[in-house]
Parts: sequence; structure tokens; C-alpha cells
Amino acid sequence: MIGLTYLAAILATLPLLLILLHLLRKGATSLSLSFFTHMPRPVGEAGGGMANAIVGTLVLIGIASAIGLPIGIGAGLYLAEKRTTALAYTVRFLSDVLNGLPSIVIGIFAWEFLVRPIGHFSALAGGVALGSMMIPLVTRTTEEMLRVVPTSLREAALALGYQKWRTSISVVLRTALAGIATGALVAVARIAGETAPLLFTAFGNQFWSTGLREPIAALPLQIFTYAISPYDEWHQQAWAGALVLITIVLIISIAARFATRSRFGAPVD
Amino acid sequence: MTAVSAHWLDKDRRKLRVEEFSIGDRIYELVTAACALVVPALVVSIAVAIFAAAWPAFAKLGLSIVTSSSWDVAGGSFGAAPALFGTLVSSAVALIIATPLAIGVAIFLSEFSPAWLRQPVGFLVDLLAAIPSVVYGLWGIFVLIPLLREQVMPFPRDTLHLGATPLFRGPAYGPSMLAAGVILAIMALPYISAVSREVLMAVPRSQREAALALGATRWEMIRDAVIPYARSGIIGGIMLGLGRALGETMAVTMVIGNRPEISASLFAPGYTMASLIANEFSEATNDLHLSALMAVGAVLFVITLIVNAIARWLVWSVSRSRAK
Repeated sequence: MIGLTYLAAILATLPLLLILLHLLRKGATSLSLSFFTHMPRPVGEAGGGMANAIVGTLVLIGIASAIGLPIGIGAGLYLAEKRTTALAYTVRFLSDVLNGLPSIVIGIFAWEFLVRPIGHFSALAGGVALGSMMIPLVTRTTEEMLRVVPTSLREAALALGYQKWRTSISVVLRTALAGIATGALVAVARIAGETAPLLFTAFGNQFWSTGLREPIAALPLQIFTYAISPYDEWHQQAWAGALVLITIVLIISIAARFATRSRFGAPVD
Repeated sequence: MTAVSAHWLDKDRRKLRVEEFSIGDRIYELVTAACALVVPALVVSIAVAIFAAAWPAFAKLGLSIVTSSSWDVAGGSFGAAPALFGTLVSSAVALIIATPLAIGVAIFLSEFSPAWLRQPVGFLVDLLAAIPSVVYGLWGIFVLIPLLREQVMPFPRDTLHLGATPLFRGPAYGPSMLAAGVILAIMALPYISAVSREVLMAVPRSQREAALALGATRWEMIRDAVIPYARSGIIGGIMLGLGRALGETMAVTMVIGNRPEISASLFAPGYTMASLIANEFSEATNDLHLSALMAVGAVLFVITLIVNAIARWLVWSVSRSRAK
């Protein structure tokens, strides 16, 4: 039976290694500088790139962070400071539940409020959907990070005559800043690859567009469209796009892992 | 700006000293509380948005949305039973594959792993959760499906001669319930194993030592002393993985074949609620069609909400009983 647990460990790590191997093998051959600088080409023409999708993903991440980070950090501060109020318990529980909701459901929510009444898809709606997914993630990691800050620091600041809000922001929050930034990065990595909520919100765009009221291209959407197409050139592009996406996500995840470990001794999920 | 009322004074004397709010403190508290309130507001808005959008379909079609299996856009009948069936079955297949593996890894990491392997293996398994769904789908289409079609599917049919049993009947095209189940198993695995590892690690030393002192082998100790102690936490982890699998959209849409039929065969293509919404949304021709898709979303929302709430409650109940 002990041997079986070894086998389970090998089987469980195998898919990751296989996926990375295939991404490297198939993606690297079609990846070139023009992938980052050129627009998608029509079917039948080799080459071209996903410049618009890469920029689109960055724009979406920007909007999502502008919504998700301040609200998430604010809520995390509340949870860390008012640990035992009824609201704190509710928020903690609902954050966890929200984290588990299918991303496509969040997409429907953004569509109902921001696409349907306006009548067209937009980058803004996509950013709101992704931002809504970030809020519970950032809330929970911020709370965890703030809890690690020793109470003596807070007491020292209060004893020096700092007001409570100054203490919270310039002493407690600052001490935990590295950890909170790491949590924010993990949240960004998580939403960067999201596709389902963008189907009804950002929608994708074959052309260059950075307007917030216009439909916008996104790397995951482009990978999806190309992967299910019947064209070989597009499949190549999809692998290249996936390699770029996974590289971004893995770099962030690994960096976050080492940053938290060196600082607090134990990794924080 | 002192805001000390007689009521507070009675209730909590300690508060008297520090209850001198400055304007800054007031604003700070209001702002953080407002941020915290966004979370429940978000949950409520999501529920309102989905049920408002789904209402016309529920009013017109009633429960036939989940009970009927005829999805005919032109004829105006929207029965998503095959999608509901596909969601449940693909998730069940995923859990059957992922649960033993995930618990095995968790036991390996918490009990047997050499210290130098613990961090890297744990990290690699956790990384599975970081891979975007669309990348799983891409890998599924071009690597997993050919592998299943050529290596795995012929095995029960040709070697074991089970081709006549309902489970393995029919031609093996590749895109199938099995492919969806395998992809979902890989995606749910890190969630189940992370929670299981955490609750296993939290089982007190005394529990293990008592079992060993009674003469148990290491395996008997795990089976009889450690796992029972961690059981409800592990079940919570499995429910969490189930929640992921039920709502997963892109990867499943790319490998399940998207055919709205109920078939007992694992080799047959199927459909899930999430992939039904993802596929038909942009082509929705009329209001009823759109609303029917939203109704499917509402059903998915309710199912995942319940599964997640139970999962969180189970995991919490373990950590709370430990804290006492």
C-alpha cells in the first residue's frame, strides 16, 4: 500500500510534465518575434502573430486589477481587523464560495449588467468579470498576510500616538505589503488564463482595438478559436499562444511561491 | 468626537478607553467595511442577474428545461437533460479517477515522502491548478484524444472483449465523455490533494503515536487512526474538486464532442451545461433561446453553490474542531 502512494505521486505529477513537454515541443517551433509584433493573418497564410490578443489580455488584466485589488485589499483589511463580527464570518464564507463558482457564471453576471443593457460587447465588461473573480482571491490572501503581522508592531504604533487608520495603513499594511503583492500576482495569474467569462463580455476581436467600449481580443480566447478551427496554421498559432500564456502564468506562480516561502517560512496557498 | 453611549459602556467597559474615534478612523472603518460588503453584494448580484435572465424561460417552459431531452432551437423546445446528465457523469468519472490519486499523493506527502521530495512534488501537483483551462483543452484535443483513441479505448473493447457492454459500446471517435472525465480529473486533482494534505498534516501526533504504540504498522496507523480523523476534511476536499469539475467550461467544451444525447457509453460524445452555454450563447437566435441558456446557467449556479457551501462547511468544521 505504501508503494501505491508512491505510484499515485508519480501519476499525479505526470500530466503536468507531459503538458509542459508538449507545449514546449509544439509551441516553440511556431514561436517567433513576429508572433508578438504582428496581427493575426487570414486562413491559408502562414505566419502572423497575436499582438492584438497579447495587448488585449494586458488591458483586461489592467481593468480587472483596478477593480479587484483595491476592493480585495480593503475587504482583507476588514477581515483581519474585525475577525469575529458577523459580517466577517459571512464575507469569509462567501469569498470561499465565490472562489468556487464556475467562471462562466461570472461571465453571465457581467453580461446581464454590462453588455445586455448597452447592447454590445466591451473590454470593460470583460475586465469587470475578471475583476469580480479577483476580489475573493485577493480578499483571502490579504487577510492571511495581515494576520502574520505581529500585534506588537500595531501596539507600538498606537503607543506612539498614531491613529488607528494610520497604524493600519502605514504600519500593518506596509509590513505585509510583499505578501499582499504576491497574493495579487497569484490572482492575476489565475485570471490571465480565464476564457469562459470573456466569451460573453470581451468577446474577442480580430482587429487592433484597445477601446474600453469595444470588443477586445484576449490571448485565451484566441487560443480557443484557433484550437477548435480545422486549419493547421491556426493550430500552430494556438500552441504558440498557449506557450506564451503558460510561460506568463508559470513565471508568476513560481515567483510567488519563492517570494512567500523566503519571507514567511511556509508557502501560502 | 467621542461616541460613547451608555449602552456600550454597560456592554464592554474596555471599549471606553479606546472608543475615541477620529474622523480618519471613521472613514477608514467605513471604507474597509464597504469593501467587505462588496463580497456579499457580488454573490447577491450574480444570483439576481442569472435568475432575472432565466426567468422568461422558467416561466414558459417550467421544469422541462431539466427534464426534457429535446433541444430544438427552431421548434422552441429547450430540454437540457442531456447536458445535465453530461455534467454529472463527466464530473463523476473525474472524481472516480482523481480521488484515489489525490488522496494517494496527499498520504505520500504527509507520511512517506522523503523530506527532499516533499516540496517539489507538492509544488508540481499544486501547479496543475495554475494551468489555464484553455491550455488543458488544447492539450486534450491534440494529445489526450489521440492517445485515448489509439491506446486506451481499444483496450476494454479488443483485449477484454467488453465492447458489447453499455459502458464501452459504440465507435471510439475520441471526443467523448471519457476524454472529458480524464481532463476534469487532472484539473480537479490539485484541489482535492491540497485540502487532503492539509487535513492529514493537521492530524495530531498523539493520534499516530497511539496507533503505533498499539502495534499497528505504518499503513494500519494511516488507515485506522489518521484517515478517520481527517475524513470529513477529505470529503470537503473532494466536494471542492467536484465543484471545479461541475463548472469547468473551456477544456470540457473542447474535448467532450458537444452532442446533446444521453448515452451510457463512455466512448460516446456528450454535452455539459457549461459547454452548452459557451457554444450556443453567441448564436442565440431569439429571446427564449437566450433565456433557456441562462436557465441552464441558473441550474449550474445553484448546483455549484450548494456543493461549494457543503465543501467549505466540511473543511471548516474540521479546522474548527481542531482549534478547540
